[in-house]
Amino acid sequence: MYEGAIQDLIDELGRLPGIGPKSAQRIAFHIIQSERVDVARLVDVLRTVKERVKFCTVCGNITEEELCKICRDPRRDNTMICVVEESKDVLAIEKTREFRGKYHVLGGAISPIDGIGPENLRIRELMVRLAATEIQEIIIATDPNLEGEATATYLARLIKPLEIKISRLASGLPVGGDLEYADEVTLGRAFEGRRTLEG
Amino acid sequence: MALYRDQAIVLRTQKLGEADRIITLFTRDHGRLRAVAKGVRRTKSRFGARLEPTSYVDLQLYTGKTFDIVTQAESIENFGDSLSNDYQNWTIASAILEAAERFTAQEHEPALQQYLLVVGALKALAHNTYDSSLILDAYLLRSLSVAGYAPSLTNCSRCDKPGPHKYFSLVGGGSVCVDCKPSAAATPLVETLQLMSDLQTGDWEGAIQSELRNRREASGLIAAYLQWHLERGLRSLPLVERI
Repeated sequence: MYEGAIQDLIDELGRLPGIGPKSAQRIAFHIIQSERVDVARLVDVLRTVKERVKFCTVCGNITEEELCKICRDPRRDNTMICVVEESKDVLAIEKTREFRGKYHVLGGAISPIDGIGPENLRIRELMVRLAATEIQEIIIATDPNLEGEATATYLARLIKPLEIKISRLASGLPVGGDLEYADEVTLGRAFEGRRTLEG
Repeated sequence: MALYRDQAIVLRTQKLGEADRIITLFTRDHGRLRAVAKGVRRTKSRFGARLEPTSYVDLQLYTGKTFDIVTQAESIENFGDSLSNDYQNWTIASAILEAAERFTAQEHEPALQQYLLVVGALKALAHNTYDSSLILDAYLLRSLSVAGYAPSLTNCSRCDKPGPHKYFSLVGGGSVCVDCKPSAAATPLVETLQLMSDLQTGDWEGAIQSELRNRREASGLIAAYLQWHLERGLRSLPLVERI
């Protein structure tokens, strides 16, 4: 145990995800040895991020303004919404450059075992958006795990009466993998979603 | 015992570090335990979808310091697909998994009867053998019985006077006669108690003939009784869809 401020710093750093006691100690000593300006910059950035960053009032993505960059962009397709669990997923999909519509961030997946039900997610906001705007297709891009699938099932059931096209991201074999290591569910899905080759 | 094999149901998963998960397993021979599945969150992981909650798997594990490590996993039967495609079944499966975790208080303590109940319940649910809500109530009643909390459903739980009795008490351990009745006791319908008794003994013939209002009343009593004995209610139970 160290004394005073240094131990406080180690304790605080140790509360960050993926940082164990040893890493916390290493980072703390790095900060002590750093130049004063470098540390001041870090402090400033931390303070600004907490003060400025908020959630987009329309899609729930993180932003510094009322609306996020994607919701503000007039060139994006207003008729398609891609539903994702987290803001991080928006970034992942944006990197593909395949999707030109808008997003809706749920803030997680339905997980009864953790006490997270539909009303804890931004599902009501999604329904309001669907009622108010000219949406023609909803792409459900929740994680391909059980919680994500169950959330997709729930959304599909909810949206179906609105007569909007609902699609789910395909799942199947990862590019660059070995067929023999694919599990039954993934391989089964790959068969289900196979496509015709235009030879 | 460095390497060992066992069959298991995956109860819960938690993220760990960059790409790993801590998997809470209910194993046949080693009871409930937590193991690390390395790299399971990567898209190219060789575990793929085998280690999701409700998965019924054959595993090879390596004894580690804090957690054991999953080295190989083969599916025995895949319940996940049919459970996640039906929202009601998914909420019920979640409640079953959470109850199983709570009923096995000690890690590494074999609990074969509880294990078989979980496997049976998930199987019935995935195959839609009976009404989903009845499967959940039957599972909860029977695991309560295995845990030693079986409610008395005919005789008085205090003086053993033959029933059926009018009163049902959570504190009193089920049916109670007029003389033994504590101040707060419910007065369920006779058919509801009959349904609960059918579910507890596995008499599905009788159970499926029950009426909706008896099923609802039984679900309420079972949930309250469960909460009383587990001290803390199941988080997933209020989220279960009952039709």
